[in-house]
Amino acid sequence: MQANKPEDFYKNVSKALAQPDLKMIIRRTTDKAEIKRAEAVTNFPEFEKARLQGQKVKDHTIKYMEHYLAEFEKNALAQGTIVHWASTGEEASKIVLDICRQHNAKKVTRSKSMLGEEIGLTHAFDNSEIERIETDLAEHIIQLAGDPPSHIVWPAMHRSREDVVKLFREFHDDPTYSEEITDLVRSARRDLRTKFLTSDIGISGSNFLLADSGSSCTVTNEGNAELTTTPPKVHIVTAGIEKLVPSMAHAIPLLRLLTRSATGAEITQYITFHNGPKRPNDADGPEECHIVLVDNGRTKMLAEGMEEMLRCIRCGACMNHCVVYKHIGGHAYGSVYPGPMGSVLTPHLNSLEVANKQTHACTLNGRCEEVCPVNIPLPKLLRSLRAQSWQKKYEPLTNRFVVQAFAVLAKRPRLFQVFSSCGVIFMKVFSRSGWIKYMPLTSGWTRNRDLIEPEPTTFMQQYKKMKKAKRDGV
Amino acid sequence: MSQKNNNATDIQSNTIECLNISEKKVGLFVTCLVNTMRPSIGFASITLLEQAGCTVEVPELQSCCGQPTFNSGDDEGTRQIAYQTIQQFEHFDYVVLPSGSCAAMIKKNFIEVFKDQPEWLARAKHLANKTHELLSFLVDICNFEPNGIELDGSFTYHDSCSGYRALNVYEQPRKMLSKVKGLDHNPLNSHSECCGFGGTFCVKYSDISNEIVTEKIENVLATKADYLLGGDMGCLMNIAGKLNREGHKEIKALHTAEVLAGLAPHILGDKNAS
Repeated sequence: MQANKPEDFYKNVSKALAQPDLKMIIRRTTDKAEIKRAEAVTNFPEFEKARLQGQKVKDHTIKYMEHYLAEFEKNALAQGTIVHWASTGEEASKIVLDICRQHNAKKVTRSKSMLGEEIGLTHAFDNSEIERIETDLAEHIIQLAGDPPSHIVWPAMHRSREDVVKLFREFHDDPTYSEEITDLVRSARRDLRTKFLTSDIGISGSNFLLADSGSSCTVTNEGNAELTTTPPKVHIVTAGIEKLVPSMAHAIPLLRLLTRSATGAEITQYITFHNGPKRPNDADGPEECHIVLVDNGRTKMLAEGMEEMLRCIRCGACMNHCVVYKHIGGHAYGSVYPGPMGSVLTPHLNSLEVANKQTHACTLNGRCEEVCPVNIPLPKLLRSLRAQSWQKKYEPLTNRFVVQAFAVLAKRPRLFQVFSSCGVIFMKVFSRSGWIKYMPLTSGWTRNRDLIEPEPTTFMQQYKKMKKAKRDGV
Repeated sequence: MSQKNNNATDIQSNTIECLNISEKKVGLFVTCLVNTMRPSIGFASITLLEQAGCTVEVPELQSCCGQPTFNSGDDEGTRQIAYQTIQQFEHFDYVVLPSGSCAAMIKKNFIEVFKDQPEWLARAKHLANKTHELLSFLVDICNFEPNGIELDGSFTYHDSCSGYRALNVYEQPRKMLSKVKGLDHNPLNSHSECCGFGGTFCVKYSDISNEIVTEKIENVLATKADYLLGGDMGCLMNIAGKLNREGHKEIKALHTAEVLAGLAPHILGDKNAS
């Protein structure tokens, strides 16, 4: 599947809405996620407390980012990890590929990391001589299909079981002929097992970076992160600088929030803390360990007053609860990160000029903020991006004209009242039996729904008349 | 959440004041949708506020709360609209709006556009503190209970997003509606999920909005209720408009204030006659 572009948002949306079973496929996952998250929150009475704690931890670390980055680097170096700094995604991908080439790597295994997608690492490998093997089951599916991810937690949620059966039969050496989920998982397991053991380099992301120990924490369910990072001689971590927390104690409330908000689970199968290369008495582990700390627009977000967005722990709850995402799916956004959090991030990772339409594709209903485990005011941030976009004149001219014309009237109440009275008369011309099916200038509305017929005169006209009658009566 | 705590304190401090509610002057901001599309909601609001013991005045120089400009990112346009709203309404003891989203605009969002203007920021905050959504004002501040209102049938309730999430309007309309004789409540599945209106969203992204409202009407129809009630004209217009487009005449959309003020039989009668 060819990746959509963010600037083609309108086209992407039409394409998504024309897919007859897309909504059903999305809902199969998001409905379940919503229910399970609600149950998990109910069963965790301290959720609100943890949420405030998590928010405080994030805000504190972001505020003292320089201090904690320096502390992390010092402790990571002390563990024997080699620390790299990348200010852009391109730079980060180049660092990773250079390390692979220094080791003459032919094959690399990768456990799921949205940052890897963000910095273009998957494409960088695909354009190189090095074979990239995705080991997360969902990432494995979309790699076989050639799709971009459509959700940050379930990247293959847009693929049905039937699709997976076909893909596995086509690509696996020893495929299953069953359509049972357990057999399909076994088939992927057989296929990936040999690859884990023959990989030259393992690449992972990070859910948390612990400053006081220089460790990186991964949160997974399939055990693939452990098999990706342990057998190969070299382990490379790519992590956004916002993943920092002061210590393990600070990561705990965030972990409790993350798993519950993402899948409704109290805990995941695997939570691993990676502590640099293998030590003399260790039974296994990589001989060399690298960590690439990626900025890619994050310090700019901080400087531009978007620091609240840096709290994001990538749980995906905002998209699972978003009425727009649930109807158009992740691919329509045309960016690595979809949904509400994506609509805030993409303008920073890409540019507001290409991604401003997404900031408007939101009813500002507040559901995302309500479920966000770290209280990110997503609607407020989206609105502030709209304000920036307005100032930079990125809006289509017609939208701009309509809004400006409205403002001209609305700031002059007398004129506004006159226009309202005329509007009522105009609407009356087009109404039949209490409803307007079509009227010039309102096709956006009447294309999909009827417009109720207004009363013959406006409230203000009726109110003035009533007051006058009262006065005259007295 | 801190937002909720703030609200609780607002309500508490206002409850103390409300002992003398009869001496309080309420400025009614009818909102532009009610003004043009459904004046009866404005009159129902006056009736209810007066029944609750308030002295109501409707400043004639009012227009719109500024949501269309604010949500489009036009801060300057929003300021221009907000200046005159503040001037028209700041002298009242309370400002009441029959809409959750318009009330939230004044209560929560005016301050966003006056960050660099300390004098106007102070005036915007002052106005925000005394601004209320109608249904929550009647219950929380006036302790109002409808009396002698009858309507046969069943209703289902759509909680509009701004009222529900920004202003904690949930129990208040249900509490008042429970006092209407003959009226049963058929709860709505996903009662607080957005209907797809979203102001300019529904015309800018008409097709996405259509998908969302289609799902909303499926839930509404499943309740088999006779009336769809809510507290925001925008959402009601959207849901009712979709119901009508799909040929579902069996369920009538009304603003909660219209029912509580006893206007429902009159409105329904008028519609049936036309």
